[in-house]
Amino acid sequence: MRHKISLSIILIVFWLLNSGHYNYLILALGAASIAIVVLIAHRMDVVDHESQTIHLSLEYPRFGLWLIKEIVVANLTVVKHIWLGNKTITPTVKVIKASQTTDVGKVIYANSITLTPGTVTLGLVNDEIMVHALIQENIVALESGDMDSRVSRLEQSW
Amino acid sequence: MEGVLSLLSAFFLLIGSFLCLSGGVGILRFPDFYTRMHAAGVTDTLAATMILIGLMLQNPEMLVIIKLILILLMTLFISPAASHALGQAAALNNLPPLVNVQIKDLEKGSASGDKTSKS
Repeated sequence: MRHKISLSIILIVFWLLNSGHYNYLILALGAASIAIVVLIAHRMDVVDHESQTIHLSLEYPRFGLWLIKEIVVANLTVVKHIWLGNKTITPTVKVIKASQTTDVGKVIYANSITLTPGTVTLGLVNDEIMVHALIQENIVALESGDMDSRVSRLEQSW
Repeated sequence: MEGVLSLLSAFFLLIGSFLCLSGGVGILRFPDFYTRMHAAGVTDTLAATMILIGLMLQNPEMLVIIKLILILLMTLFISPAASHALGQAAALNNLPPLVNVQIKDLEKGSASGDKTSKS
């Protein structure tokens, strides 16, 4: 029940932010659609079992800022290699270990790898991530475990 | 104030456009499927961010900015999932990634290069 109320509140806030129109007809339509969504979620029985609680902690903004920095640096590297041409790239495929214990932690790690250009996650089996990298240094940087330990630290704050 | 904002906006939009262009050039230029995905990643992440920041500065109203931030967050959550699905589909269908040596070979016989990468 608690999750249903919080789901309704989140949907209401989301709807209000997206709408920007506040006459009665539009508000009624918004309320009706939110009610239908909560009803469908209730009928599907997903709210109280599969919900992922949002844990607020300072680790999130810290990891986010670090990830943005990494994305910018990686983007500049890839753009440099695009203009320098094919002779300068050294594509590599390698399996690396993920030290996270929960599924969400592993998904965050794999998605962070994909989000930084130059490295793409091709597969995730148990704790092994197959990574394709545009240049070999990217794999070396991943193997040094900096990103891995940062995601693990994020995971431990839950 | 207005002038500064539109100047900043133009700056971000220009950088975003350049990154989009680079991504496109990369997609055409790189030798095989996997390396092309990296080029598409540039368009997905920094280019989209820069263009959205430029758009936010065009019209700094609360609702508009919040919507653009939501779009940005959605892109950043969805695009890695899409890239991963693509990459995994290719890997599961045994599309072999080009490695170093093969690229050097491609450079030597650059006329047949495109055909080899497609086969």
